[in-house]
Amino acid sequence: MEWDWEFVRQIMPTLIEGLQITILATILGAAVAAVVGLVFAILRMVAPAPIARTTSFAVEFIRGTPLLVQLYFIFYVLPDIGIRLPALLAGVIGLGIHYGTYAAEVYRAGIENVARGQWEAAKATNLTARQTWVHVILPQAIPPMIPALANYLIAMFKETPLLSAITVLELMNQAKSIANSNYRYIEPMTLVGVFFLIMSLISVFFLRWLEERYARVDER
Amino acid sequence: MIDWSGYIGLIFEGAWVTVQLTLMGSALAVVVAFAAGLGRISRFMAVRALATTYIEFFRGTSIFVQLFWVYFVLPFAGITLTPLQVGVLALGLNVGAYGAEVVRGAVKAIGREQREACIALNLSRYQAMRHIILPQALPLMLPTFGNNAIELLKGTAVVSLISLTDMTFQAQVVRAQTGSTLIPFATILVLYFVMAWLISLGMRWLERRVTRGLDGVRA
Repeated sequence: MEWDWEFVRQIMPTLIEGLQITILATILGAAVAAVVGLVFAILRMVAPAPIARTTSFAVEFIRGTPLLVQLYFIFYVLPDIGIRLPALLAGVIGLGIHYGTYAAEVYRAGIENVARGQWEAAKATNLTARQTWVHVILPQAIPPMIPALANYLIAMFKETPLLSAITVLELMNQAKSIANSNYRYIEPMTLVGVFFLIMSLISVFFLRWLEERYARVDER
Repeated sequence: MIDWSGYIGLIFEGAWVTVQLTLMGSALAVVVAFAAGLGRISRFMAVRALATTYIEFFRGTSIFVQLFWVYFVLPFAGITLTPLQVGVLALGLNVGAYGAEVVRGAVKAIGREQREACIALNLSRYQAMRHIILPQALPLMLPTFGNNAIELLKGTAVVSLISLTDMTFQAQVVRAQTGSTLIPFATILVLYFVMAWLISLGMRWLERRVTRGLDGVRA
């Protein structure tokens, strides 16, 4: 079977349509993950012991099980108890919760990496809790988090093809339906790979830049 | 009332496929990780370029895309593999690329003075790597390898989409046959979690094993 450029031109618009859904799902998923991660991190750090332990277990559980099965769970099991979600929303929630557990670790590590002396100095200079967080802790904790969070953003982007399994018409699913109706697999599948490769190569450069910009706060 | 025993058996059959995939995929991943990781710090430009291309390619596209590509496109090139082979190949190469970066990082993390001591003692490059560098680098790699193995286990769920009868696939079969969704999916979630937990236990044991005797060496 030969590579057919005419066919490539023909299927491009459909693939671009899928790519848009892929990007949309990534952005929404990232937003959900950022918030969910914050909730998990706060619950683990400041909530009373039983709640903190339950959260820790939930985080471990979510991290230890495949995203695909979690998506199935959200998409197939929740309707049984009366929660019927559109496919894209179910996908975004699944991505958000899964990557939220990773984000929670990043938040926690970032906050714990702020030296103890900073907390003590804030107390010694009689700053309120709010002032301590806003002016002392967060400005030091957030910059080192950014490259790590961006890393997970890229990882999440690469996981979005899983949404095709719960009928979201993103890039992979569009490619599959093209392939199945024309019985030509080489072009659509290869193009999907190329799309992902291009997007992640771009994001790798972006990540390098972020790392140089933010990771080494103390060396500035 | 549904008779669950048969269906649970089906899920266990799938669990066995998942275990096989995880073990074989991990074995391939370790081999590839060392080959590519050491290749990236090779003296020879061509080897470095080859290893870098491999790593960037497999880290740049997702396991899902790679799996479909191997499954659907390779047959047109005349290479037909069974779904199990496709699964092991794609998972091993994918996770191997991540592992390669771990190997490279750990080897790089071994201090200059160790390398200089090797040169001073007139060890060959192979001897230095085999007896001095790797024994110290291995403990640094293991925790991340453990995480990678869990990622690989999670990746196996994706192979259900190329009709390999792993645990996730069987859960879908049970769902289709019984109409019940909660029980099959909850069961496999728990099973996956138990497997991930076993992997992290195993890695912790291995870590204790390889760090034995290194206490005086490491800062």
